[in-house]
Amino acid sequence: MSLLNYVLRRVLLLIPTLFGVTLLTFALSRIVPGDPARLAAGAQATPEMYDQIRQEFGLDQPLPLQYWNYLTGLFQGDWGRSILSRRPVVDDLRVFWPATFELVLVAMLIAVAIGIPLGIVAAVRADRPADQVSRVVALIGVSLPAFWLAILFQILFGLKLGWFPVSGRLAALAEAPETVTGLYTIDSLLRGQWSTFGESLRQLALPAVTLSLPAMATIMRFTRATLLEVLGQDYVRTARAKGAEERSVILGHALRNALIPTVTMIGLSFGWSMGGSVLVETVFDWPGIGLYATKSALTLDFMPIMGIALLYGFVFSIINILVDVTYGMLDPRVSRS
Amino acid sequence: MTAPGATPSLLQAVPRVTGERRFRLGESQIRAWRKFRQSPLSMIGLSIIVVLLAVAIFGPFFVPYPRDATGALNIKEKLDPPSWQHLFGTDQVGRDIFTRVIVGARVSLIAGLVVIVLAFTIGTLLGAVAGFFGGRIGEAIMRLTDIFLTIPDLILAMAFAAALGPGLLNVMIAVSLVWWPGYCRLARANVVALKDSQFAEAAQSIGASRGRVLFTHVLPNAFPTILVKASMDIGFAVLTTAALGFIGLGTLPPTPDWGVMIADGRKYLREAWWFSTFPGIAILLTVLAFNLLGDGLRDVLDPRARRRA
Repeated sequence: MSLLNYVLRRVLLLIPTLFGVTLLTFALSRIVPGDPARLAAGAQATPEMYDQIRQEFGLDQPLPLQYWNYLTGLFQGDWGRSILSRRPVVDDLRVFWPATFELVLVAMLIAVAIGIPLGIVAAVRADRPADQVSRVVALIGVSLPAFWLAILFQILFGLKLGWFPVSGRLAALAEAPETVTGLYTIDSLLRGQWSTFGESLRQLALPAVTLSLPAMATIMRFTRATLLEVLGQDYVRTARAKGAEERSVILGHALRNALIPTVTMIGLSFGWSMGGSVLVETVFDWPGIGLYATKSALTLDFMPIMGIALLYGFVFSIINILVDVTYGMLDPRVSRS
Repeated sequence: MTAPGATPSLLQAVPRVTGERRFRLGESQIRAWRKFRQSPLSMIGLSIIVVLLAVAIFGPFFVPYPRDATGALNIKEKLDPPSWQHLFGTDQVGRDIFTRVIVGARVSLIAGLVVIVLAFTIGTLLGAVAGFFGGRIGEAIMRLTDIFLTIPDLILAMAFAAALGPGLLNVMIAVSLVWWPGYCRLARANVVALKDSQFAEAAQSIGASRGRVLFTHVLPNAFPTILVKASMDIGFAVLTTAALGFIGLGTLPPTPDWGVMIADGRKYLREAWWFSTFPGIAILLTVLAFNLLGDGLRDVLDPRARRRA
């Protein structure tokens, strides 16, 4: 199967899955115990106001029709409106997504930049003290409650030491750089606004490090495991036998093959970090999708939740496809079937 | 090719069993225990879990301020730092945080265990059916897991928790509903790998029914890797229920919930560092202990995966 056919097939398979996602979240939104219209209308609402809201949001129509309207709306770029803020969900997602994407991206960069070298060290020193320490550190890394660690960071690095700001994406009075990509770091660089760039990096520091830890631990252990496996193979023994230096055996011969499965892990970690960002964003008041999700869930505002689930489902699936395609290109033994 | 959402390490953890290994306490289990005992990290994990279980079962009878677990108010003693009277300090209404962390252990462990038992049961049954019988039903089950695994865990758990309403029971149901697909995938992969093995064929050839082959021959052999996952997941289930509590979608006050306590303490960062810190340590220890246990169990039950993770 050619690459193009393969990608097309995977994208086509996405459609029923995403269709299922809309069905699942729609069903959830309609079993909510509190009546959303009542909630939006407020306690003092007259029956007329209540009816008006029900009508405005189509809640008075039969369920299948409501779903049909939602579904056809999706294709026309209408993802519904928040029943509380009355804003279109698509507009909100467009505003919040770059913030989350930037946070997750920086967290993944940190995780990869530190996780892979540490994994190599752990593999080279397998079963020696350094490796044991790395195992414990990695297990702690995945066991830490992110929301709690975030709070500890705020107390220590924010309040006690005053090194980093503890909330938001920009300081209170700072002005956001002109939007190009929506990522403040990149936009400020494109405009040559160095102080804004530094400022946005400082804002990113604590949330990104918090978010990176579980991914870093996973990537580190995974690099160690795959590298150990490769180091046991014949061609590595051959390289050693012909007198290659240990350094070049590991970095030149073994690592390239060991990193192939790690690519998969990095892709998956990206998806998990999108989920994990909910907690980190909530603690650091980071104006992204995660904070939006928390606020919407707490107010039983289900239209945004449905939109977020669909967006994340889409992004996650695309990442999976990219990972599989990359894997296939890096490792010729993998067949696309 | 990895299926979306399934971790490669788990896929590769599927054992290639040729002879039948029944899951029954016998010589191999004793040997496994000896091996498990040799790993200090696994034993540390097991010890923490034993202590945690003891605390969860007996702790609430011995706490210094039992009334503080149910919503007593001692405003005069609010936000007192740790002292001999209050080992972990007091919270915003003067309740003893030590007492609430201890009682919270019971809440958290019950939540973790119930979630895993539910997710394990639903997932393994559906996965076994999908793997063994295949066909349209099997296909439908696996497509359903696709849908669930496409949405990040926490977002889906939040949606379920919000839709079901607050309360411990609903939180447990919400998290189980999010987690069963993981077990379903793993069980299916195991069953598919085992169903054509010689012992399954042998059982069938002497006249065992399909159901009997599945439930008494194939499934018991698929259990070890699923159990490893379950033992690790108990910790993560504790973590996820605490996270929902932290967000505000969890238990109702005055139930002492570690996640809710951390959220409450967040409002007093400047004056009371101990408020959020101690419940967080409790969560960390719990999750870590189950991870260590799972890691050790994997080495013992699933030697093929030893080098991984």
